Amino acid sequence: MTALQTKLIRDLAYLRTQAVAIALVIGCGVATFVMSVSVLRSLERTRDRYYDDFRFAQLFVQVKRAPRGLAERLAEIPGVAAVQTRVVAELSLDLDDMAEAAVGRMVSIPDFGEPALNRLHLRRGRMPDPERRGEVLVNEAFALAHRLEPGDRLRALLNGRREELTVVGVALSPEYIYQIRAGDLFPDDRRFGVFWMRERPLAAAFDLTEAFNDASFALMHGAVEPEVIRRIDDLLAPYGGLGAVGRADQVSHRYVSDELAQLRAMASVPPAIFLLVAAFVLNVVLNRVIATQREQIAALKAFGYTPAELGWHFGQLALLIVLAGVAIGAAVGGWLGGGLAEMYGRFFRFARMDYRLDPAVVLLAGGFSVLAGAFGVTAALWRVMRLPAAEAMRPEAPARYRVTWLERTGLLRRLSQVMRMAVRQIERHPLRAALSTLGVALGVAVMILGSFTRDVVNYIIDFQFGAVQHYDYTITLYEPAAPDALPALARLPGVLRAEPYRAVPVRLAHGRRTHRAGLLGLAEDRELLQLRDTAERVVAVPADGLLLSEALARLLDVRRGDVLQVQVLEGSRPVRSLAVTDTLRDFSGLSAYMDLAALNRFMREGRLLSGAFLRIDPAAEARLHARLKATPRVAGASSQHAALRGFQDTLSENLLRMRLFNVAFAGIIAFGVVYNAARITLSERARELATLRVIGLTRAEVSGTLLGEVALLTLAALPLGLGLGRLLAGLAVKALETETQRFPLVVASSTYAAAAVTVLAAALVSGLVVRRRIDGLDLVAVLKSRD
Amino acid sequence: MTVIRPPPAAPPSAAVFVVRGVTKVYRTGEVEVRALRGIDLDLHAGEFVVLLGPSGSGKSTLLNILGGLDVPTSGTVRFRDHDLTREDEAALTRYRREHVGFVFQFYNLMPSLTARENVAVVTDIAAAPLAPEEALRLVGLGDRMDNFPAQLSGGEQQRVAIARSIAKRPDVLLCDEPTGALDVKTGITVLEVIERINRELGTTTVIITHNAVIAGMADRVITLSDGRIASSYRNAARIAAQSLVW
Repeated sequence: MTALQTKLIRDLAYLRTQAVAIALVIGCGVATFVMSVSVLRSLERTRDRYYDDFRFAQLFVQVKRAPRGLAERLAEIPGVAAVQTRVVAELSLDLDDMAEAAVGRMVSIPDFGEPALNRLHLRRGRMPDPERRGEVLVNEAFALAHRLEPGDRLRALLNGRREELTVVGVALSPEYIYQIRAGDLFPDDRRFGVFWMRERPLAAAFDLTEAFNDASFALMHGAVEPEVIRRIDDLLAPYGGLGAVGRADQVSHRYVSDELAQLRAMASVPPAIFLLVAAFVLNVVLNRVIATQREQIAALKAFGYTPAELGWHFGQLALLIVLAGVAIGAAVGGWLGGGLAEMYGRFFRFARMDYRLDPAVVLLAGGFSVLAGAFGVTAALWRVMRLPAAEAMRPEAPARYRVTWLERTGLLRRLSQVMRMAVRQIERHPLRAALSTLGVALGVAVMILGSFTRDVVNYIIDFQFGAVQHYDYTITLYEPAAPDALPALARLPGVLRAEPYRAVPVRLAHGRRTHRAGLLGLAEDRELLQLRDTAERVVAVPADGLLLSEALARLLDVRRGDVLQVQVLEGSRPVRSLAVTDTLRDFSGLSAYMDLAALNRFMREGRLLSGAFLRIDPAAEARLHARLKATPRVAGASSQHAALRGFQDTLSENLLRMRLFNVAFAGIIAFGVVYNAARITLSERARELATLRVIGLTRAEVSGTLLGEVALLTLAALPLGLGLGRLLAGLAVKALETETQRFPLVVASSTYAAAAVTVLAAALVSGLVVRRRIDGLDLVAVLKSRD
Repeated sequence: MTVIRPPPAAPPSAAVFVVRGVTKVYRTGEVEVRALRGIDLDLHAGEFVVLLGPSGSGKSTLLNILGGLDVPTSGTVRFRDHDLTREDEAALTRYRREHVGFVFQFYNLMPSLTARENVAVVTDIAAAPLAPEEALRLVGLGDRMDNFPAQLSGGEQQRVAIARSIAKRPDVLLCDEPTGALDVKTGITVLEVIERINRELGTTTVIITHNAVIAGMADRVITLSDGRIASSYRNAARIAAQSLVW
């Protein structure tokens, strides 16, 4: 080892606490990057392989009833590579471990062999026997929620008829990676499950023998999706086709894609913040190291060391700190990634989650960190290389101070000498002070960025269940029923109020834009569902006109007053033009609303209802469920409250873990910045502080001058950080926006407070650590030394 | 008083340095400082020269130019076949690396390195250096090699600095106020070491000082004043360092 290398290691050892603080900040950046990118890549790889291996379809269509022979004509459509027709039906389940009925979706599989598309991954058990009645496969998520095993029996209501089902296997499908019903806010694995049954018995149960009501398509390379969709829709329209949709509108695929988009956002902004802060702190520290080693540098130059050798010497100091940060970050990121992948495994059901810590990701993170480090230290290294040796032999000229503008304003006239020194010190290095403030502020911002999503979720929940939804249950009937069904529902035990609705599938068109949506007809006299406009004011359903959810209005590029063409996709498929009277704040999806009577007139099927919203007396809930289970016309009774509880349980555990990391990350940034700022000030002012001690100031007074500066910077950083945090949260909300989903920007005061307190605490700790150093100043030695 | 040897009547050998018409002007802001106003000077191999002069007389500037740390505003400086005024930064660095040993008033040791390692800083990049241990023994610090600068007295630190500067067997040893920060006794010890190096290794040695007493140990004494050579004389006899008193 050369003497210069020895010096490097000793310098690093001397700077250890500062170096560790910087390395930790870099580590945070690398960890978030490595975690999110490796999980992102793992999820993409896992999903893509899963889709390929199990032949996930590219187009999906539902139809009322089409003859099986039509399948051949569908297969002949140019661009279609494969067709799989199916019978898909809703069923209701009476489970022993649940008072209310669960809702199931029964999907047919061919009587023999595997489906051509959307193949199943059999986890346990065997495929159903087409000759045996009632044999089914159950989706793993539902099986886990109810501890179902092959051999278990279930009481089900298929098409209004009681049937006993036997679970023969537990399966997974690429179609249901995320098991959630369209329009629901939260997944509910206890109350909603997917089942598979051989086609013959299922078709028989739903009077669809020799027919199908659902088809999936694989496309050839180069097929033009909208063109294929148009042809499919033309072919199926006479049979009640609901309009084909691509993967982008497939519920499970969309949720997985949205999650990947979220991870992508997480992989960019927070790591960039950490690395920027690290670059700044590295810059400050290295500049200080160089200032204290000015004469050493001059001597080395005098001995004939080249500028490049000296630049490299100090560059290595920075590089070693960066590499230590990368190593810490890669290890922590890999570990966190494993945890995150495991968490995703709980929400997303893949055949096999293939989590890998990709060395390329670590290399990339290392590359970014080195770049950030270089960005931070290049100017300092340039100074080393340019430092004129002859000049550097002499000690640096005393720093120039002046009366600050703050003082000139007279505001600080009453300032103690100690605070005056703190203020002047800040004004002497305005850029450094500003950047330190910014660094601490970014600590606050990072914490807000990391924890505000909880506020958004809470806000949506409060909005949905406090302002919009005042019902406990949504009752869905198998077939639209005459108005007398409503009093019958109202008479069920415990029902306090029942309000009817009619739901029909529609295709909305505005200019060239079209989209499928559910059109909900609502009664005029309504209490249980209060629609709210974008300013969250209650809006009335117009007598003749449409209300659209914000997302749908965006998709169709519709503003208030625009006229849409509405085509109903069932019954006689009537078409008419309707004006949009308002857009609604609605986080649960793509819905359109109109007046119930107007919808019924439009449908020309008489006064019908598809179901009802119920408000109930919780005391009578069990009796109500018992009666509902025994009512064949009821396809399902769903409660989003129950779903919400389940969702929150799953989430809270994960959120707690995330919060801990956020606190750690914010604390590390704040500590890194504040500690280094204080150490550097201490190093610059050691003589001054020692002199103050010598002339009789107490330790507390002397610490006060230095910590006063740190305190001023930290206090200035708090409001800035809160503002930056809100700004970043706004950017994050934008980044997470998808075509169908837009999140409100909500940051709770408690989130602001937590961020401020965390950073203050970290600043306090760093202040105390530095204070111990001030207390330990060797007065005589400091005064004797020349620097 | 111990006389080492009679002064040479003529230069002992050909000139190592040839300085002609050198001026140096610094500009700091709007102020122009004329540090050197026309210096002509020859320095010979193995010669021991003391540069005297008050603060601001231009001693350090001249030393820095001889050492390749600075370049004159006008005039020429030749070191053997190198024209130091025409060399670029890289060539000057090479020149310092290969030929010059520096001793500074404030030692400029690396506080993070031991005495041995401080010497190694130079031997690491020299072509045919002494072993650091040997250089340290030469300055009488054979038993303090593993001490850090903070564990050494001022005189010991300066001797480490001297060991460091001679370890590469430089052709010239340039010392800027080597005793300026030391007490008399320690200063003399340090001067003895420099004297020994000059004598035993034949290194051309230039010492800057404003302590006129030190002039007694030189072959030649040059006094600078206001950027010019005010006087130059040869000592009839060099006085041994240990006999100096101030």
